[in-house]
Amino acid sequence: MLAFIVRRALQALGVLFAVGLIAFAMFRFAGDPVNQMVGADTPPEERLAIREQLGLNDPVVLQFARYLAGALRFDFGISYQFRQPVAQLLSERMPATLELALCATLLALVFGILMGVYSALRRDSALAKLFQAISLIGVSLPTFLIGILLIYLFAVTLGWLPSNGRGETVRLGWWTTGLLTWSGLKALIMPSITLGLFQMTLIMRLVRAEMLEVLRTDYIRFARARGLRTRAIHFGHALKNTLVPVITIAGLQLGSVIAFAIITETVFQWPGMGLLFVQAVQNVDIPIMAAYLLLVGLIFVVINLVVDILYTVVDPRLRVTLRRPA
Amino acid sequence: MSIRTRVLAAAVAALLAGTAVPAAAKTFRFAFQGNYQVLDPYTLNETFTLGMHAAAYEGLTKRDKDLNIIPGLAERWEVLEPLRWRFHLRKGVKFHNGNPFTADDVVFSAQRVRANGSDLKTRLPADAEFVKVDDHTVDVVLKTPNPILHYEWDTWYIMDKEWAEANNAVNPTSASATTPSYAALNANGTGPFIVESHQPGVKTVWKPNPNWWGQKEHNLTEVIFTPIGNDATRVAALLSGEVDWIDPVPLQDIQRVNSNPNTQVLTGPELRTIFLGFDQRRDELKYSNVKGKNPFKDVRVREAFQKAIDLNLIKERVMRGASVPAGLLISPLLLPSGAAELFPPAKVDIDGAKKLLAEAGYPNGFEVTMDCPNDRYVNDEQICQAVVGMLARIGVKVNLNAQTKTRYFAKVLATGGYDTSFYLLGWTPGSFDSWNVLTNITGCRDDSGKGGPFNFGGYCNPKLDELSAKILVETDKAKRDALIVEAWKLERADVSHIPLHQQTLAWGVSKKAKVVQRADNQFLLYWVNKE
Repeated sequence: MLAFIVRRALQALGVLFAVGLIAFAMFRFAGDPVNQMVGADTPPEERLAIREQLGLNDPVVLQFARYLAGALRFDFGISYQFRQPVAQLLSERMPATLELALCATLLALVFGILMGVYSALRRDSALAKLFQAISLIGVSLPTFLIGILLIYLFAVTLGWLPSNGRGETVRLGWWTTGLLTWSGLKALIMPSITLGLFQMTLIMRLVRAEMLEVLRTDYIRFARARGLRTRAIHFGHALKNTLVPVITIAGLQLGSVIAFAIITETVFQWPGMGLLFVQAVQNVDIPIMAAYLLLVGLIFVVINLVVDILYTVVDPRLRVTLRRPA
Repeated sequence: MSIRTRVLAAAVAALLAGTAVPAAAKTFRFAFQGNYQVLDPYTLNETFTLGMHAAAYEGLTKRDKDLNIIPGLAERWEVLEPLRWRFHLRKGVKFHNGNPFTADDVVFSAQRVRANGSDLKTRLPADAEFVKVDDHTVDVVLKTPNPILHYEWDTWYIMDKEWAEANNAVNPTSASATTPSYAALNANGTGPFIVESHQPGVKTVWKPNPNWWGQKEHNLTEVIFTPIGNDATRVAALLSGEVDWIDPVPLQDIQRVNSNPNTQVLTGPELRTIFLGFDQRRDELKYSNVKGKNPFKDVRVREAFQKAIDLNLIKERVMRGASVPAGLLISPLLLPSGAAELFPPAKVDIDGAKKLLAEAGYPNGFEVTMDCPNDRYVNDEQICQAVVGMLARIGVKVNLNAQTKTRYFAKVLATGGYDTSFYLLGWTPGSFDSWNVLTNITGCRDDSGKGGPFNFGGYCNPKLDELSAKILVETDKAKRDALIVEAWKLERADVSHIPLHQQTLAWGVSKKAKVVQRADNQFLLYWVNKE
């Protein structure tokens, strides 16, 4: 087991190295950061001097090596735009993104499972058809459009919810949370729906299909024949077996929810890491871009590792193959 | 009216007046498309940022609502002799931390703004010497006469020497800093507002400065800034009343904001001029099918291009009426009085344009690539597309290369080797004076940009350079104005560039708020009042 984890950790390092290298190779095509850091009438000599100071004239490999050397010491440089350490900026923004991702995932799980079960059990009811229609919207409408539609409905027309920002936040150590204030909770609703809608659709369809599949299996028929209550069959036996793939998918999707919060954060001006990244791209803020990409790479690697380990815990057969590799 | 009702009415009136007296909390919230990145006033020379600094910091001079120069931290000043100016500083002024404002702070700020890492070095001549005469008098000793010495000093903000030294912020927060600077996250000025908190890219909060020396012109008790990058969200925040001011309102939303009962769009001419430029330096254009020569070196070709472009059509179709066609590379508001009428916008004349092209030896036109940003100026890419269509009418085929500003500027600026044949650019003279444009945009330059750094096309007329050198040192206003007009006449005869228009400012404002829109697009909090 330990050997397995060590092997996966080494692979993870390799993945991060590759992410960093690709990122640095791409930054050259993002434009010249210096022009975004100075005013319009800053003379060319000044611009060249700043380029030189930032080491942007060095070969990409050297820049990457220098960055790696810093990153190994957890020094991710200073943001070109804000003149603040990148590690500090990212850690300030991380709670916002994580809270949003968590709420979106919870929302997707709860409503996705409920709607999925309902539409599997009452396939022909009007409500099930409505759920299907909603799921179609969730899959087909782009996130930013859903966000803007929600804003115009609930913020501009009805005036119920704030159109942007995180509301009042409370500081708990280094973590800031919007979950403890009324305005923070209100601000969380629309971004969570926007971000979670796609996942919800996915889970709903998954649960529905799995449930229909399970309901056809023999043990459900036996259960019925034994005269168990329908409720117990549906929720005690069928749903439980449906949930295994759902949990796998939801876990894996958590990574993409965090990574793809970029669009939702941009639409709602949600002060998270995704928004920071988008602004960094617009201004060619290389230190932020690099650190964010590495962080997202790390999140994916960790989630995959955890899922792999959980598999071996859940399924004893996998442990055997691990011990004796084929 | 009986006595009793009269008494009653008086009582009610007194009651109403009584309730109106206590100052209610007036929180003003506003949103801009970009960030207020760094509090250090010497880090970024950019209009919005400079306007934000003005809440906490002040310069020796200020500019009033019509951009006239008025006293700021300097009560008055005089030119003792052409090379020596004397500034008399305001007495009894204190920084937010309680330190008194003195001549030492001015001398210190003059050093700091010209130090390495400052983006505002050009605010003061590099060789000007600042001499403390006494605690409240400073002399500026110049090497050459400079009639516009103090033109940009409203945005050269004075910092506290003691505070900077105590907090290791003696040098500006440079672009390539490796350690975070204290002055980037903290401000200590003499201005009417105190920065209460600043979370870069998220939120900035100001409170009024109760000890400010000046006569307060706002009624706010708190100011909150949040950046909102997304156009639709920004407009929604204004319409729903969450913010009281936004900038900019996208052209397509102006109608919407105006039709909302609680909001309106405040429009006005901006000082930035949008224009087209030609490569006139290379002997052969880099991106064209004309080989062995450069058609843009011929003034007839440049004039033909100008005649082919219909400025009014661009105004109506592309800008939805929100622009002012331009006759010069500088806003008419910044010209000597009476001079604007001499330079009307060029008239469209397709036949004349074709004739000029034929005379120049291109009866069938030619092909050229145009560089254009697509996220820098209002509807910039659409303007370029319109230009492509208009030039097609005289047989010139333009291939449009429109891209994001980061890539566009990396290509066309000096640092990119002025890699363009035909381009669109916008320019605001920071000093509000013609000389700035005559050097930066139309001054002769070498390959590295010495002379006219933002003259991407390398237009050069030594006679114009001579005039501009005279304008720089002429201290007699009437003579100087005459020289400026002469210079612009020369430039027009050469068609060095094609001026297109001045954009229109479009601020979205809640009807509960009264703000002052200045033509330089600085948003100044100390003129905001809220119901």
